[in-house]
Amino acid sequence: MAKLGKWTRRGFIGAGLVAAGALVVGVAIRPGDRTDKLEKYVAGEGEHLLAAWVKISEENVITAIIPHGEMGQGVHTALSAMLAEEMDADWEAMEILEAPAIKDYANFPLVREFIAGGKAVPGMVFDTLNGAMLAISKAMNMQITGGSTSVRFTGTGAMQTAGAAARELIVKAAAKDWGVPASSLRTEKSVVYHDGSNRSAPYGTFAAAASEMEPNIRPTLKSRKDYTLMGQSLPRVDIPAKVNGTAAFGIDAKVDGMKYATVMAPPVHGAKIEQVDESAAKDMPGVISIHNMGDYVGVVADGYWQAQQALYALDITFTTSEADALNQEALYAQYAQALDSGKRKVLHKTGDVTKAEAKAARIFEAEYTVPYLAHACMEPMNATAWVRDGVCDIWCGTQNPLGTKEAVAKAFDMKSEDVSLHTAFMGGAFGRRAMTDYVMQAVALSKASGHPVKLIWSREETTQQDHYRPAVIGRYRAALDSNNMPMSWESVFVHKMDPPEASLIPYAIPNQKMQVVESPSHTRLGPWRSVDHTQHGYFTESFIEELAHEAGKDGYEFRRALLSDHPRFVKVLDVAAKLGNWGAPLPDGQARGISIVESFMTICAQVVTVDVSKGEPRVLHVACAADPGLAVNPDGFTAQMQSGIIYGLCAALHGEITLEDGAVAQSNFHDYEILRIDRAPKIDTVIVSSDARIGGGGEPGTPPIAPALANAVFNATGRRMRSLPIRDVSVGVAS
Amino acid sequence: MVQLNINGQQASLKTDPDTPLLWAIREELGLTGTKFGCGIAQCGACTVHVNGEPVRSCSTPLSAAEGTDVTTIEGVTDAEGTLHAVQQAWIKHQVPQCGYCQSGQIMSAVALLETTPDPTDEDINTAMSGNICRCGMYDRIRAAIKTAAKEA
Repeated sequence: MAKLGKWTRRGFIGAGLVAAGALVVGVAIRPGDRTDKLEKYVAGEGEHLLAAWVKISEENVITAIIPHGEMGQGVHTALSAMLAEEMDADWEAMEILEAPAIKDYANFPLVREFIAGGKAVPGMVFDTLNGAMLAISKAMNMQITGGSTSVRFTGTGAMQTAGAAARELIVKAAAKDWGVPASSLRTEKSVVYHDGSNRSAPYGTFAAAASEMEPNIRPTLKSRKDYTLMGQSLPRVDIPAKVNGTAAFGIDAKVDGMKYATVMAPPVHGAKIEQVDESAAKDMPGVISIHNMGDYVGVVADGYWQAQQALYALDITFTTSEADALNQEALYAQYAQALDSGKRKVLHKTGDVTKAEAKAARIFEAEYTVPYLAHACMEPMNATAWVRDGVCDIWCGTQNPLGTKEAVAKAFDMKSEDVSLHTAFMGGAFGRRAMTDYVMQAVALSKASGHPVKLIWSREETTQQDHYRPAVIGRYRAALDSNNMPMSWESVFVHKMDPPEASLIPYAIPNQKMQVVESPSHTRLGPWRSVDHTQHGYFTESFIEELAHEAGKDGYEFRRALLSDHPRFVKVLDVAAKLGNWGAPLPDGQARGISIVESFMTICAQVVTVDVSKGEPRVLHVACAADPGLAVNPDGFTAQMQSGIIYGLCAALHGEITLEDGAVAQSNFHDYEILRIDRAPKIDTVIVSSDARIGGGGEPGTPPIAPALANAVFNATGRRMRSLPIRDVSVGVAS
Repeated sequence: MVQLNINGQQASLKTDPDTPLLWAIREELGLTGTKFGCGIAQCGACTVHVNGEPVRSCSTPLSAAEGTDVTTIEGVTDAEGTLHAVQQAWIKHQVPQCGYCQSGQIMSAVALLETTPDPTDEDINTAMSGNICRCGMYDRIRAAIKTAAKEA
């Protein structure tokens, strides 16, 4: 299992001072030249910037500045609460501002985690930086929302520290003004009190004086037992605007003189536009211009519908290549060849698998397959751009505003400061909006047409030009002793993004070897909710279940015995088993399945109850137990578990993108089905608190659901579901 | 010009009558609370009421709305700004995550409660299955509809 680098708050600040991370500290909590740069973005009349993550006005309005985008995960609520907690600020009166895309707001705590060799680095980092992940200068361009990092890194690494530092400054300024020792003051809800002289004043009174003071770069943080906000369910600040139609998503951007555009890229990724015959489209109503951009064709028109009708009327020919012959069967055959004879890279090794196999009573093997998956965000990809007079404005939802801005500047040969990116709510993201492709196209079409352009992809384009969760085959092999207990665990699989610990197992099996082989194709890949944990959760938790069966043991008891060195795992497993009534009788045709996966530092176990009496599996209930250390906003965390479970269940029951003649065969929700309310199970979640460092919320609910379902189907039918999705329970391998 | 009544106000629309109602609402009227999701009536993000009935505006030509009363999410809140019982229940149960589908979900739920003030789980399944929530907030949608039914 993952060995996380030791991380302390002092470590964070110290490391920050030494390496490029010096900026971390400077921006995070020390007013100075860097904050002057920030001031023009966030400071109004009579306001003083104390720290990059918070500003306090003389009227005592406290604004939390959040360097992450809201995609439904409640990050603005959770991070502002973390700041308010340490600051003793009045959270209910707090204002929240999403940080603009400028370098000073780069996601320093995330960078630091990365530079310091933190093992739990999120998937987006690698893709966004295109492999140049160790270049600190580039790493500073990160302002990424993803990898369940916001609360884990920005929250604990910056918001809490900034809050505590800001509070200390205010107290110091008050003590000086009142001529009393700082230790005689107390703070509550944005007010400083001196009980001895019965004096009190709002924080804002001291904002100006405090901004002249040298802050403590190592402020004392509260201990968890003293929290009054963190750990309490708070109403999400973004919700009221999401029930009355006023929430502004990227697609809702309004710019004077704006035109609408839509695009089509070659269905076979990597191909080019060979020729465009515009004759049937160019005189259609509302059409302004048609652009062959080489990698795609764009139509600019007065309205989206007109642009789309014209796009469909175009006669486009694409370049051809040998990729045109690839279909899903051929891809899997290519994978099989790589697994048979490709060069294996060892990712992890413990003990000696070969020696264990030599001593084994028998070898047990299984092969698992998962397909490509699309993200299928509800809001189709879109961005609005206006390029004029050497400057460019962009309005869009993105998980990576700063990286996007820098990429635009580079691609269009502009200065970074001439590109302004205005962020909006994201109508789903799940990793897809960490990519910059749709923004680049909007900028290019604005430049080419000379208009402010709102580019909207059709659902078909959104489905067929995604960056997919990879299709993966994994082969698993265990040496069993004479009691059928596992002596070794060996895996080899295609594809690896990250996090690096995804293929590791928590189980006490003495000899282990995890290996990857490369088998690339032309299909675009990208991070998908929980990244490599989606496939490895399914592989690991299916194979351990098969080993339990080989040993003649119950899946819950078998796991429990092999996890005895990990008390947090055991507790989470026990809570899930109890919540899911593990072992209690069920009607004919129903059964339960269990699984447990740690991802992004949260341990999550699930018990699924399934009904197979109708041939297709119907999930009746999911019991979910999760240990994130501390859930900052418990109701928000619970919502994330529900969401992660449905997202993963949808993939396990329906999700499958396939290649036909090199192109994605699916196009819209009729052939890329999404789980609907009539098939959604009841979900019960219990949060198991521990003293562990705060773990993620957005992703850890997803990995355990597919194997729990597959294991439940086995318990109901005696058939192993060794490939996803599970549409029909009769197709599995009898065992 | 297509004449219709939108959220209680008369409007004359210049948009070509063959255009889906969705784009006239979003681009000509500027009411962007109604969302584009799929374009083929599969996801429900574009749901509005036409003469009180929930319809998928992405697949309804503007011409079909001639002379009708159209209500969008912006018209669900009353003139004094008081939220509809469904909207209040949505906040109480903290239903939205990304929020993109929620205008459509709320329009479907409001229409359901108009005809079925005390819906069963099966009624909810039937009325709400046309609305996809990619964040998977179905448990909360169900609970919120029941709360709204009680408090309406």
